Amino acid sequence: MTRIAIVGASLAGAHAARAIRAAGFDDEVLVVGDENHLPYDRPPLSKQFLTTNADDGHEYEKLKLRVTKEPGALDLRWRIGAKASQLDLDERALVLATGERIDFDGLVVATGSRARLLPHLLVPVEVAGRVCSLRTIDDAVRIKQLLPSDPGRLVICGAGFIGLEVASSARELGHDVSVVDVAATPLSRVMNREAAMAVADLHRGHGVDLRLGVGLSTVATDGKGSRVATVATDGKGSRVAVGLSDGSELTADLVVIGVGASPDVDWLEGNGFDLSNGLKVDPTCAAAPTVVAAGDVARWPNELYDGQYMRIEQWDNAVEMGAFAGTRLVAALNGESGYASFAPVPWFWSDQFGQKIQLAGLVTPDSQIVIGKYGDDRVVELFSNQRGVLVGALAWNRPRHAILARQLIADRASLDDAVEKLAG
Amino acid sequence: MSDQDAGQLKVVVDFDLCESNAVCMAVAPEVFEVRDDDFLYVLNETPGPELVEKVRESAERCPKQAITLEASP
Repeated sequence: MTRIAIVGASLAGAHAARAIRAAGFDDEVLVVGDENHLPYDRPPLSKQFLTTNADDGHEYEKLKLRVTKEPGALDLRWRIGAKASQLDLDERALVLATGERIDFDGLVVATGSRARLLPHLLVPVEVAGRVCSLRTIDDAVRIKQLLPSDPGRLVICGAGFIGLEVASSARELGHDVSVVDVAATPLSRVMNREAAMAVADLHRGHGVDLRLGVGLSTVATDGKGSRVATVATDGKGSRVAVGLSDGSELTADLVVIGVGASPDVDWLEGNGFDLSNGLKVDPTCAAAPTVVAAGDVARWPNELYDGQYMRIEQWDNAVEMGAFAGTRLVAALNGESGYASFAPVPWFWSDQFGQKIQLAGLVTPDSQIVIGKYGDDRVVELFSNQRGVLVGALAWNRPRHAILARQLIADRASLDDAVEKLAG
Repeated sequence: MSDQDAGQLKVVVDFDLCESNAVCMAVAPEVFEVRDDDFLYVLNETPGPELVEKVRESAERCPKQAITLEASP
C-alpha cells in the first residue's frame, strides 16, 4: 500500500486531499492536524464569527470545510489533535509529538503559520488571559468570551487585516476600539499609501481610535518586573493597561495582538531544507522528489512575476496551491515528469465596515486609477511594472473588476489595455 | 454532491451566504456573472455536461461555500 501523509488539517491540506483523490490516487491519505478540529474556514473568525450570537458549536459547524462535511466522500484518515514534531526525510517518516512514527511515500506540507507574538511584550499572569492573538477557532472563541456584554474597550496591536477586521467587528458590537501600529499607515506591508490612508479614514469615520506611528511599550497589571511600565487602573487586575511609546496609556478589557504570522516549519528542521521565511520549494511546489508544500508555510518562485519568491498567507492561495501541490504529488508518485509551474495571480479580499477591499497581484509605484477616487464608495486602481505590464489591481467595492483584472494580470495584459477594458 | 451519474445538474446559490467575491465568475464565466450592482447572477442554472467540471470547481473555490450542484428532477 502507498500512503500520502498531509501534515496540516488546514484549508491547503483539505484542497490537497481533494486534488489527490481527483488525480486518481486511491491508496491511503492520512491527514495530521495539531488543532482539535477538522479543517475549517478561517476568514470568518475575525468577521461574522465574532459578531453573530449563535452558540459556538453551531458556528463551528458552519465553518467546517466541505471536504469534512462529507467524511466518506474522499475516504481520508484523520489524526486530529496530533502534532508532527519531526520529519525524517531519509526514512520517509513523520514523528509525532507522542513519539509515534508514521511512514509515508508522499508528503504534503501544509502546516500553515502561527500568530506572531511580540517578543518584547511582558504579560503578567494576572492579565495573560486577556491578551490574545487570533489565528484559530479556539482563539476566536476565547475572544468572543472575553468581549464584555456591555460596551467595553479593546486595544488592538497591529493595523494589519486581522487587526482591522477585529476592529470593525468590535465597533459593530458597540465596543470602544483603539488600534495601535508603529507604521505610519495601516496595512503598510501590502498597500500603497493612498489606499492605506483611505482605510485609515474609513476606520476613523467609524469611531476607531487609530494610533499610527506609535509602538507598544508594555502590558501589565502591576509594577513587578523590570519591563513593566504600567499598571491596571481598576486595582483588581481585570482590565489591562497598555503603555504606548509616546507615553500615553490605554486601558482595555481585551488586547488583541495582530502583528502577522510566522510559518510553522520547526518540525522540518534537520533535513537540509531552506526554512528561512517558510519552506522553500521549486516552481512546481516540490521540496524533495515526493514532498510538496502549499499554503502559508511555502515559499516558491512565482514565474508569472519573473520568479519572485512569494509566501502568501491568503485564503485563495491555500486553495489553489493546495490543489496544485496535491496533483503534482500524485504525478510524482506515478513516476511522471515535466511538471507545470505554479504561477498564480495572488488575490485576497477583506471586509471592514461593510466595505469590500480586494487586491489582485502586487502593488507597485506605477499606477492608474480607472474608477472613482479614494474616499468614494467605489475605486479601482491598476498597477504596472516598469515595462508597462499590468501586475496588480486594487478594487474597493468592485469585485467584478478585481476578478476581471486578475485575469488580465494572468494574461500579462498591458496597463493601457487593462485601463481600456476596465475603465468606466 | 452525489452527482456523478446524475443526468441534469442544477446550480444552486445560497444568496444569504454569497458575498459577491466573484471567484465563480473567474472560473465559469459562462454560468456566473457579478454585475456592476455587485450582485451575482446565475446565467445558466442547468449547465450542460461540458460545464459541469467548471461549475464544480467554482463551488469548491467559493470563499463562502455558497454554491452547490444538485440533481435536477
